[in-house]
Amino acid sequence: MIDYNFDWSVITRNWDRFLEALALGLGLAVVSLLIGCVIGLAAAYARVSGNKWLSGPVWAYVEVIRCTPLLLLIFFIYFGLPEFGIYFMDKTQSFVLTLSLYAGAYMSEVFRAGLSSIPRQYVEAAKAIGMRPWQRQRWVVLPVMFRITLPSIGNNLISLFKDTSLAAAIAIPELTFVARQINANTFRVMEVWLTASALYLATAWLLATLLRQVERRYATIR
Amino acid sequence: MLDFSFVPGTFWFEAWQARFSLLSGIWVTMSASALTILFATILGVAVGTALAYGWWWLRLLARLYVDFMRGIPVLVLILFTYYGLALFGINVPAYWAGVIALSAFATAHIGETLRGAVESVPMGQMEAGKAIGLRFLQRLRYVILPQALRRMLPPWVNTGLEVVKGTTLLSIIGVVELLLTNQQIVARNYLIVDFYLFAGLLYLMINASIAALGARLERRFSYLRY
Amino acid sequence: MADDVLLRAQGVRKSFGAVEVLKGIDLEVRQGQVVSLIGASGSGKTTFLRCVNLLEEHDGGEILLDGDPVGYRVEGGRRRRLSETAISAQRARIGMVFQQFNLFPHLTAEENVMLGLTKVLNKPKAEAREIATHWLGRVGLAERRGHYPYQLSGGQQQRVAIARAVAMEPRLLLFDEVTSALDPELVSEVLGVMQGLAESGMTMLVVSHEMLFVREVSHHVVFMDQGRVAQAGTPEAVFGNPESERLRSFLGRFHGMFGMV
Repeated sequence: MIDYNFDWSVITRNWDRFLEALALGLGLAVVSLLIGCVIGLAAAYARVSGNKWLSGPVWAYVEVIRCTPLLLLIFFIYFGLPEFGIYFMDKTQSFVLTLSLYAGAYMSEVFRAGLSSIPRQYVEAAKAIGMRPWQRQRWVVLPVMFRITLPSIGNNLISLFKDTSLAAAIAIPELTFVARQINANTFRVMEVWLTASALYLATAWLLATLLRQVERRYATIR
Repeated sequence: MLDFSFVPGTFWFEAWQARFSLLSGIWVTMSASALTILFATILGVAVGTALAYGWWWLRLLARLYVDFMRGIPVLVLILFTYYGLALFGINVPAYWAGVIALSAFATAHIGETLRGAVESVPMGQMEAGKAIGLRFLQRLRYVILPQALRRMLPPWVNTGLEVVKGTTLLSIIGVVELLLTNQQIVARNYLIVDFYLFAGLLYLMINASIAALGARLERRFSYLRY
Repeated sequence: MADDVLLRAQGVRKSFGAVEVLKGIDLEVRQGQVVSLIGASGSGKTTFLRCVNLLEEHDGGEILLDGDPVGYRVEGGRRRRLSETAISAQRARIGMVFQQFNLFPHLTAEENVMLGLTKVLNKPKAEAREIATHWLGRVGLAERRGHYPYQLSGGQQQRVAIARAVAMEPRLLLFDEVTSALDPELVSEVLGVMQGLAESGMTMLVVSHEMLFVREVSHHVVFMDQGRVAQAGTPEAVFGNPESERLRSFLGRFHGMFGMV
């Protein structure tokens, strides 16, 4: 084993770049989660609709996404969509689209489980006070489901945050890309990757803690 | 898109031209996946046992390991391993650096899965094993693990699918697995959509067979109920 | 037809698959009356109640509320199912209290009462809160209005559920075995609230196994047996002069318990 002399100045010199890259990754994850939730909610309702022309294609979408490597999906959308004449996207838009579709498949499963776990009685109680179908969904089913699925939504956010590291493959300057760049320029392998790992870990931990707070705030369902 | 004429520039011609690289890519993806799942299952059982039954310091160590592995992206793990091993003068090919990193990651997942499965076996089973005089490893081997197996299977199969998908990340450190093979082919003939779809289809087939195998195993062990 | 008949059921039939649960129910509830449905479990009481509130659709016969058929309209001699919106509007005129309370778990007691007021009756928030406060006070839970369901006892939850139903000012209140899921010591607080409502002139259709309560509070008692009305009349008539062997044996079960009849 060779002697390795740690030189942390490379980190302090580039600290701003690390933080900016981290923030970019977080932003990508949050935006993708939000869009993914919208897709997932629509997909979940399609799945439970009992209409096979709706639930069939959605089932296929979910299964295909779950069986396809994310990196392949990223390349396919980034390089492949222009072949279909879709040019307007820059790298970041393309990546957000990919991660949103990816998140949508996973969220649809989360929401589907959530929808089917809501006791029928809550809906009946809403019927009994005369709420119309969409009112029952808006004021009773969705809020209850949101609370039930909150932990899963949180886990998905953390996963998505880690998945943003793949944006490095199409040169989006998030944490992994920046770390690799600094690594290539300085050869401070240990410092760079320990820092990157620590930043990912700390952020994941911070997110988890934050989400637990949110969960506690909404913990009215036993 | 799928033109059936067999001339240069058509999908079937190009795919036939590249048949050996494609086969080699599939082989690299499948062997890396299989090795990772094998290593991770063996190590994962050890880590999971440590999590469930270890002395407090061993439990803590295992917990730290699992949380660390689950907190950082696999890609970072792969890059760190790849550059880090070289730094310490361990010259392993990118393929092995990738398999090591993926195994380290999957070990954490399987360990956590095993802990959950083992802890779901009723306490009385361990005690009954003690009562007939089995030693710890015997109790684990003959009493607890067989019962935990059924609960473990679905997440274990899931980890398998994650591993297969995770092998695409080895392309980033230059391992010519299935995805990179396709990228290289695309770089030659620009049949972007065709070959990415083709690659997607192959992954779908690999993953579908793993899922089918998992479903069969689950049926095979369906007599284990509690 | 007497003017003050609020709910009239005629020949109501309902099957679940091959099992006919209601075999033609005739029943009248007049304005301000308390009508109780008694009978063994499986006799169809709860199903009938659910048909009145359109949680189940009856297959035959008719249920009229204020003279309007419930759940459908007659068009050229044929029945047309009402739109969901129209059905919702009908349900808003009928309140229902469930065996399992069914409070909305994500809302406080006060918000549970307010939800229908603001979303269905479109009342402003402030007014809805006032009404909620009033009714929570009436059921003795004024100081619990900020509590979530999981923080309340079963009896308290059921009283909130009653407040939620009454606050809508329904024409008719349905009670579906509302004390069956409660611990014995909590039953009386709920029955007390129901008695108060009855005395204030609320029209109520009650499914209950609390014979003492049924006997004391009801104006009219209906004994259901195997999907049919076996005997109906004043409490004195039904309890004092049971006509069938089945009613006698049904009531016999309660003899020792309350030292009645």
